Amino acid sequence: MSSSTASSPTRMEMPERFDPSIAHLTHVPRRHYGRWIASALILAAFAYVIKAFAEGQIDWTVVGQFFTAQSIISGLGNTIIMTVCAMALGIALGVLFAIMVMSPNPVLKGVAIFYIWFFRGTPLLLQLLIWFNLALVFPRIGIPGLFEARMVDVMTPFVATLLGLGINQGAYTAEVVRSGILSVDAGQTEAAKAIGMTRLTTLRRIILPQAMRVIIPPVGNEVISMVKLTSIASVIGFAEVLRNAQTIYFANARVIELLIVSAGWYLIIVTILSIAQHFLERYFAKGSGRRSRRFARPAVEG
Amino acid sequence: MMPIVVAADVRKAFGSVQALDGVSIEIPPGQVLCIVGPSGSGKSTLLRCINQLERIDSGAIWVDGELIGYRRVGNKLYELTDAEIARQRLTSGMVFQRFNLFQHMTALENIIEGPVTVQKRRRSEAVDEAMALLQRVGLSEKRDAYPSELSGGQQQRVAIARALAMKPKLMLFDEPTSALDPELVGEVLAVMRDLARSGMTMIVVTHELGFAREVANEIVFMDRGAIVERGSPQEVLVHPKQQRTRDFIAAVLA
Repeated sequence: MSSSTASSPTRMEMPERFDPSIAHLTHVPRRHYGRWIASALILAAFAYVIKAFAEGQIDWTVVGQFFTAQSIISGLGNTIIMTVCAMALGIALGVLFAIMVMSPNPVLKGVAIFYIWFFRGTPLLLQLLIWFNLALVFPRIGIPGLFEARMVDVMTPFVATLLGLGINQGAYTAEVVRSGILSVDAGQTEAAKAIGMTRLTTLRRIILPQAMRVIIPPVGNEVISMVKLTSIASVIGFAEVLRNAQTIYFANARVIELLIVSAGWYLIIVTILSIAQHFLERYFAKGSGRRSRRFARPAVEG
Repeated sequence: MMPIVVAADVRKAFGSVQALDGVSIEIPPGQVLCIVGPSGSGKSTLLRCINQLERIDSGAIWVDGELIGYRRVGNKLYELTDAEIARQRLTSGMVFQRFNLFQHMTALENIIEGPVTVQKRRRSEAVDEAMALLQRVGLSEKRDAYPSELSGGQQQRVAIARALAMKPKLMLFDEPTSALDPELVGEVLAVMRDLARSGMTMIVVTHELGFAREVANEIVFMDRGAIVERGSPQEVLVHPKQQRTRDFIAAVLA
């Protein structure tokens, strides 16, 4: 009454707001013109890049010809072998040092902290060069009386690459494994102790299998990184796929073609690994399909 | 009869908090003993010390006639190894407030884990016994369910079956119904009642005074790390002698 301007819209809207007869009207979705324009621009840019590569100074028959060349395939084999070996070493060291970091023993803990600090703190390329040139520091290696060898014979490009990549990887994986172990509820350890498990059995049967759910995604990521990191070993002469591609283009000057061949192979390996990772994640997710404790109330007393 | 648990002047501190302040108790076998008391009274700590989930600062505990956690040589007590402590824990089974079922294992796998991995028993034999235990707690059809697919009450019943699978002489319950929705408390208490009737020695830390009164042979009331009063349910819960016990019961019933 006092304010007719305020009350009149309400009165006007009332019938329409609750008009049941509109329930049968057709719903028309909103049009996203902005998205259409953005898509058109991106497709145009993409088409331009494709056209550029198709018309550019690239001899695609050379790419096809060298894609399955003997030297490329053997380099690919070395890349895969190195990825597997370095990653295996990295995971083994990672688990070991993760456990050491969490150990109550101050010496073990200190050594592990130093290891992680040192190998995460220096560039991988530098570490590779140090391993490869270790003969300058230690000309001979061995245990006196048992065996002895010249360091240059032991520290082949393969060994130097394996140690460089594997030990460096271990420092990163240690942190991943540690966070995985920390993600498992402390109650799991207590329950395992209560049924008479020793610390080691608890780790193997109860903690690590559950930590895997947290560990697998970043480690999968690191495997993919590792495939590509092996290419760094080309600088110390390890005959992986990029090194062999370079050897070929130093001879025939088809630089971009050979680099495309290498890129194609890296993409193929990484794609296969990504698929494998998906299935591995699904396997270790067992038992966590739904969040537990849906029915539980918060603890009353600790 | 030889007591199943003996504690002598047990002390345990967490930082500046004295959780157990010189607790001494003897518990005869075949008995259901309920420990009640306010939060922070040390009742859970006492239970956890009996199962060596906590290490005591001083004093001594014997379980089934064996000094636990230490070996006496002359006038000193030397701490036992991890493996020896693990072996000693087999005498008692433990049921936790938060169930603590192994999340990556089904109900059946949870129950056979101890018998197969720790006791190195034949898997087929362990499975047969586990199925009998699942039936006993009324969950035969849940053998392949993961903990996340079970209600709190069902998880706790599986946890009881898991503890029983180790054939313990003594069962320890640490507030087994405190984390449950009210409507799920009954099913867990029913399993415990059934277990008590079978003659199992049970030490139960609980807030369920009704259950304590009905099932317990003896009640211990604890406050501030010490045993204040001990006696039959009638004595402690109905006619408490100590003022602190009276206050606690009044507060719980209010």
